[in-house]
Amino acid sequence: MFKDLIIIIMTSVLVNNYVLSRFLGICPFLGVSKKTNQAFGMGVAVILVMMMATLVTWPIQRYVLDAFGLEYLQTIVFILVIAALVQLVEMFLKKVIPSLHASLGIYLPLITTNCAVLGVCKNSLTEEMLTKADTPQFLYAMIYAFASGLGFLLAMVLFAGVRNRIAASKPPKAFEGTPITLISASIVALAFFGFGGIAENLFK
Amino acid sequence: MNNTQTLLKGIIKENPVLVLLLGTCPTLAVTSDVKSAVGMAAAAAIVLILSNLAISLLRNIIPDKVRIPCYIVVIAGFVTVVEMLMHAFFPEIYSALGIFLSLIVVNCIILGRAEMFASKNGVVASIMDGIGMAIGFAIALVAMATIREVFGAGAFFGIEIPFLKDYTIPILTSAPGGFFVFGLLIAIVNKFLSKKRKPKAEFGCEGCPSANSCNKTDCEKEAE
Repeated sequence: MFKDLIIIIMTSVLVNNYVLSRFLGICPFLGVSKKTNQAFGMGVAVILVMMMATLVTWPIQRYVLDAFGLEYLQTIVFILVIAALVQLVEMFLKKVIPSLHASLGIYLPLITTNCAVLGVCKNSLTEEMLTKADTPQFLYAMIYAFASGLGFLLAMVLFAGVRNRIAASKPPKAFEGTPITLISASIVALAFFGFGGIAENLFK
Repeated sequence: MNNTQTLLKGIIKENPVLVLLLGTCPTLAVTSDVKSAVGMAAAAAIVLILSNLAISLLRNIIPDKVRIPCYIVVIAGFVTVVEMLMHAFFPEIYSALGIFLSLIVVNCIILGRAEMFASKNGVVASIMDGIGMAIGFAIALVAMATIREVFGAGAFFGIEIPFLKDYTIPILTSAPGGFFVFGLLIAIVNKFLSKKRKPKAEFGCEGCPSANSCNKTDCEKEAE
């Protein structure tokens, strides 16, 4: 079980990084990575939302939709549940912990319709994820959500550092702004590409 | 603005992917070969046109305060329909697109057009806008997929190209190549549009379709 969990963490953080190799959540990755502290805040908020969303959608799928043969409603139900959940958490934070709301709350509405969150909820319910027999399935899904968020955070913070350097240099005119950002994202993705195979060979 | 102009502006001047920078996730993810890019473009086109139609019909009924959730439900409904149709009739493309087919629901292009256009304009104009944007999205996807498949795999639509298949650049078909080709394409568009003094595309709150509904002032304040 422990081995399974280590493998899932290594895989989702380094090998199948949500942003850099699965292309989910590109908008916040490119939009909110200008400053390192901003990128960090966004990353933490994404971890929280991913875990909460999985916590709610996983039981809904397994015990409501599957049980009543309503699998085709998955997309509609998930997106509404996530949207309502994020709104609720934002209101809760605003009322109860204003200091946390000030630092994280502003990122919450931005993540409501983030494809990475919906992607994690859906991926944690695939065949492959449900057949890891020796780990409790729900725990496995939660760890998967956490690790995916962690991978997002890592990519965001690393990339914010890269962008700080780029801001100081001058690319060719047509490449200014978005194109050079994408080219540098490509190089960061190339670095993560090098992690391929690390998870399978970790326990050999 | 007449209907023809509405239709044409989506193709180049306001190309959703290359100029407005919306829908980057599917653009990067499904363009490693032309076949799945075409499948994605078709699926998104159906959802885009139908949701524009429905939202424009409902625009006077939906209360302003809950409009975003309403749009999402409409879009999610159409996505589910398309997903089931694809599963039944094109199982090959269905499995190639995988999770990205259902993620059309969070595609910024569709929500963006609902919020910016269909909620304010008549039915015919909204359909035209949907068709224009769909063509623009398809052009961008196919252009990117062509570059990546021809040079990355030495093939086009699964058919091998005699000379190029001996000199492939496999990295273009994987993740880093996606970012790279996308960057190049935007640079090319910038080069041509800068002559006409168009403001350059930039990621940030301005481009985000949900900017009006979230507290964008907060996140911009944070940025400064």
